[in-house]
Amino acid sequence: MRKKVLWGVGLAALALLLAACAPEATQSTLKPVGEPAIEQKRLFIAVVWIAAAVFVIVEGGILFLVIHYRHRKGRERMPKQTHGNTRLEIGWTIAPALVLAVVMVPTISMIWDLARPPSPGALNITVQGYQWWWGFQYSDADMTVGSGEQRPIEIADVMVVPTGREIYLSLEAEGGGAKNTDGTPDFQVIHSFWVPELFGKQDVVPGRTNHITFQVDEAGTYTGQCAEFCGLQHGRMKLRVVALDPDDWELWVVNQQQGPALVSDPLAKQGEEIFMNPLSGGRGACTACHAVGDVGAAAAPNLSHFNEPTHECFAGCNWETSDVDALKAWLRDPDAVKMGAKMPNYQLSDDEIDALVAYLYSLT
Amino acid sequence: MASVSVTGTSSRGLRRPSSLTGFWSWFTTVDHKKIGIMYGVSAFVFFIVGGLEALLIRTQLAQPDGTLLNADQYNQIFTMHGITMIFLFVMPMSAAFFNYLLPLMLGARDVAFPRLNAYSFWVFLLGGLFLYSSPFLGGAPNGGWFGYAPNSTTDPSIGMTFYALGLLITGIASAAGAVNLAITIINMRAPGMSLFRMPVFVWMGLVVQFLLVFALPIITVGLFELLFDRRWGTHFFDPTAGGDPILWQHLFWLFGHPEVYILILPAFGIISEIIPVFARKPLFGYQFMVFSGIAIGFIGFGVWAHHMFAAGLGPVANTAFGVSTAIIAIPTGVKIFNWMATLHGGDLRFTSPMLYAIGAVTMFVIGGLSGVTHAVVPSDYQQTDTYYVVAHFHYVIFGGSVFAFFGAFHYWWPKVFARQLSETLGKVAFWILLIGFNLTFGPMHILGLSGMIRREYTYPESLGLTFWNQIATLGAFLIALSVLTFMVNVLRTHIRKQPLASEDPWDARTLEWMTPCPPPVYNFEEIPQVHSLDEFWHRKYVEDEKTGTLVPAQAGAAPEHDDDHTEAGHGIHLPSPSYWPLVSAVGLPVIAYGVLYSWWLVAAGALVVLVGFMGWAVEPSVAED
Repeated sequence: MRKKVLWGVGLAALALLLAACAPEATQSTLKPVGEPAIEQKRLFIAVVWIAAAVFVIVEGGILFLVIHYRHRKGRERMPKQTHGNTRLEIGWTIAPALVLAVVMVPTISMIWDLARPPSPGALNITVQGYQWWWGFQYSDADMTVGSGEQRPIEIADVMVVPTGREIYLSLEAEGGGAKNTDGTPDFQVIHSFWVPELFGKQDVVPGRTNHITFQVDEAGTYTGQCAEFCGLQHGRMKLRVVALDPDDWELWVVNQQQGPALVSDPLAKQGEEIFMNPLSGGRGACTACHAVGDVGAAAAPNLSHFNEPTHECFAGCNWETSDVDALKAWLRDPDAVKMGAKMPNYQLSDDEIDALVAYLYSLT
Repeated sequence: MASVSVTGTSSRGLRRPSSLTGFWSWFTTVDHKKIGIMYGVSAFVFFIVGGLEALLIRTQLAQPDGTLLNADQYNQIFTMHGITMIFLFVMPMSAAFFNYLLPLMLGARDVAFPRLNAYSFWVFLLGGLFLYSSPFLGGAPNGGWFGYAPNSTTDPSIGMTFYALGLLITGIASAAGAVNLAITIINMRAPGMSLFRMPVFVWMGLVVQFLLVFALPIITVGLFELLFDRRWGTHFFDPTAGGDPILWQHLFWLFGHPEVYILILPAFGIISEIIPVFARKPLFGYQFMVFSGIAIGFIGFGVWAHHMFAAGLGPVANTAFGVSTAIIAIPTGVKIFNWMATLHGGDLRFTSPMLYAIGAVTMFVIGGLSGVTHAVVPSDYQQTDTYYVVAHFHYVIFGGSVFAFFGAFHYWWPKVFARQLSETLGKVAFWILLIGFNLTFGPMHILGLSGMIRREYTYPESLGLTFWNQIATLGAFLIALSVLTFMVNVLRTHIRKQPLASEDPWDARTLEWMTPCPPPVYNFEEIPQVHSLDEFWHRKYVEDEKTGTLVPAQAGAAPEHDDDHTEAGHGIHLPSPSYWPLVSAVGLPVIAYGVLYSWWLVAAGALVVLVGFMGWAVEPSVAED
C-alpha cells in the first residue's frame, strides 16, 4: 500500500522530467535559446540531479523502512528501544552540509558572473514598466530619431534586438512620467522583466535601476511577461523579443530612424486627422498620451511604427497587430477588452474606428 | 498573585459569569481546552473558506482565457486565499493544538494567563471576521498576501487598507498568545519536568512562540507604514518622495520567512509525537531534534532576502542569502533522518495518524528539495514568481503542516472529544488527499518551469500550459473530496456517540494521556511528578537499560490515574470565567473600522478597549466564593 506513496511521489518526479520534453510549452525555461538562460538551465538541471539522488535515497529509505518494519498480524513484539546515536546523527548533519557546499560553488560563481558589467560593444536598451505594458528606449547615441531634435528610438510591447550581440538592459519603473487621463500620475509599481528562453527575471523597481545582460544567437520571436504582481492586469502584461539577423537589424534601425511612413491612402489620411487633432465634442485627443513621429506624448505606447512587421502585438502584447477585429474592439472600448486599461473609452464611431485602423495599419 | 483586595464585580451591577457549561459559557471561558477547541473550529471554518477560494482559482485556470472570474475578482480571491490559509488557518490551527495540549503535556492546570488566552482567541476571530467584512464594504484585499508596495499603497480599492488593519489585529492575537504560551512552557511545568523532559511538540511550541515574539514587531512596523501611506498620505514606500519600495520587502520578509517556520515547526512537533507512538519506540535523537528545531528558528531570521533575489540587491547580498538558505536545509535534513531512524526497527502500525505523519514527512521532503533549488540564485532568477514556487511552498505548508494537522486531528480526537474517528474513513481520506495533493501541486513544478507566472488570472492557449493546469484542477477537487470525507467522518463519529473503548487508545507516551478523555476542567486531579521523557510510557513499561527491551510495568508499581473523576476536583481553584477578554477584543475591530470611516468610531472602540482592560485589571482572576 505504501507503493501508492511512491506512485504519487514518482509521478511528480516523472512529470518534472516530462516537462523537459513537453513539446507545446512555448515560453519554457527548459528550452533556453539565449544566454544566460542556457547557463541557468544547465545549473538548474545539475542541482535537480543531486536533488533527485537525495529524493531517491530519502523517499526510498522511508518506503523501505515502512514496508520492512510494518506491524504484522499475530506477531506481538516490542521493538528495541533505541534512543539515538550521536555519531550517526553527526554524520547526517555533515553529509548534507557537504552536498550543499558542492551546490553552492557553481551557484556563487554564476551570481558574480551574471553581475559583471557588459562588454563595450553591447547594445543599450532602457526597459520601462508601465501598468500594464512594456516600453523600450534605445539609448545608444546612434539609435535616435527625429526630424529636428534627435531623441531615442522608442517602441512598445515588442523589443527588437540583433542576434550575436550582447544586449544590456536598464530596467526602470519610472513610467516616463506617465499620467492618467485625469492628470493623476500613473502608478509606479514594481514589475519584473522576464523572457524565460533568454534570461531569468529581474525586478523593475521604482527609484532604482536594475540590469540584465543577455545575448541571443538565433533569430526568432521569444515571449515573456511581467513576473511580479503589479495590479489589476498583471496577468496581461506580456511582451515579445524579436531577434533579427544583423542584416534585418540594419534595415529595422534605418526604418525606425526615418520616422513614421507618409500616409497616402485617403481613409488612412482621415484616420491621421482624427489621431493628430482633438476629437470632436471634447472627447479628448489620442496625442495626449500616444506619439507618432514628432507629435504626441509618451504616456502610452509609441505608435510611430505600429504596423511594422516586428510589432506583432499590441495592448500589453495580448492581441496580434494583424487581428483587425481585436484592434477595433480595443478602440471601441478598451476596458471591455482589458479591464482597467488606462486608455479611456472615447466613444469612437464606427467610421472613426475604421479610419483610425487604416491609419495605424499604414504606419509601417 | 492576585492578592489585591477588590470589591466584588457584582457591586458594579454586572455579575461575573460563573457557568462552566452551556452555550454562553463559551463566550466567557478562560479554560485553555475550550479556547483550544474554539481556535480549532474557527480555523477549520477559515480553512474551508480558503479552500473554496482555491477551488475558484483552480476552476478559473482550468481553461486558457478562463472567464469564471475577471481580473479584479481573481486578484481579490488569490489574495484572500493566501491571507486566509496563513493567518486564519495554519497559524490559529497551530494555536489550537498548542492551547489544548501544552498545559496537558506539561502537567499544568492551565496556561499562565488564562484570560489573556481568551483575549488572544477573540482578537484572532474578530480580526478574521474584520478581514472578511471587506468584500461587503468595497472590496477584499487585492495586492497579494505579500502586499508589495507601491502597488499596495497606490491601489485605488479599499482592500489593502483592510489588509493592513486586519493583519495588525490578528498580529495582536498572535503576540499575546505567544507571550502567554512561552511563559506557560517556561514556568508552568510539573515537578520533575525539566526542559529536556518536555515532548518535542512542546519544544517546537516554545521555538514558535519566540519566533512570533521577534517576528511580529517587524511586520507591525511595515503594516503601520503601509496604513499611513494609504490612509494619511505618508511616503514610506514612494521613491519620488524619498521613500523606498524595497523597505517594505525587507520588513515583510524579515517577518515572512520566520513565519514559514512558524507554520511548519508545529507540524514537526506533531510528527515527532505521532511517529514514536506508532513505531512503539522513542524518538531517535531527541536532543538533536530539539536543537535542530532551535537552529531552524535562529537561521530562519537570516534567510529573508532569498525572497528578493530578483529585486536587485546585488551579488554580495545574493551570495550571502543563497548560502544561508542552503544552510537552513541542514537542520531540516537532520529532522528527516531522525524520523527515519525512529521508524527503523519499529513495530509500525499504520493508523490514520501515522499515515498522515509519514505522508507529511514524504511530502515535506519534496518541498525541502525544491527549496534547496531556490538557494541556487541564478536558477532562481528563472523560477522565482512562477508556479514552481507555488508548488514548492504548497509542498511545505500543505504537504507538511496540513498533513500533520490531519494526523493530529485523528490522533488527539479521542482525547478532546472522547470519540474515536473512523479509521476506515480516515485512511480513505488520507489516500485521496495524497493523490489529490500530488496531482494538484506536482504539475505546478512543470508549469512554473514552462514559464507560467504566479498570480496571473488567465493564460493564453499558445503558451501550452493547458494540460497540466487541467490536471492540477482535477487534483484540487480530489483534495476537496478528501476534506469532505474527513468532515463526514467527524459528523458520523459524533452522531453515533460511541464511547471510547479505552482512555489510552494508542498506547501513548506523553502526559496528556494520563488524564481522562476529555480532561476535566482542572486537567490533573493531582499534578504528576515527572521522572523522565515520555513519562506516561515509562509508567506503563519498564525499559531494560542494557538490552533496550521493554516489559510492562507491574500493576501497582506505577501510579495509575484515577478513574473515579466524578468526585474529584474539589478544592482546586481555577481561574473563573470572565467577560472582559471578549469586551476588550471587541474594541479592536471597532477602532479599525474607525480608521476607515470615522474618528468617532476610533474613540468609541478605544473606550471599549479601555473599559475592557480596566474591568479585567480590577477583576480577581479567581472569583470569590
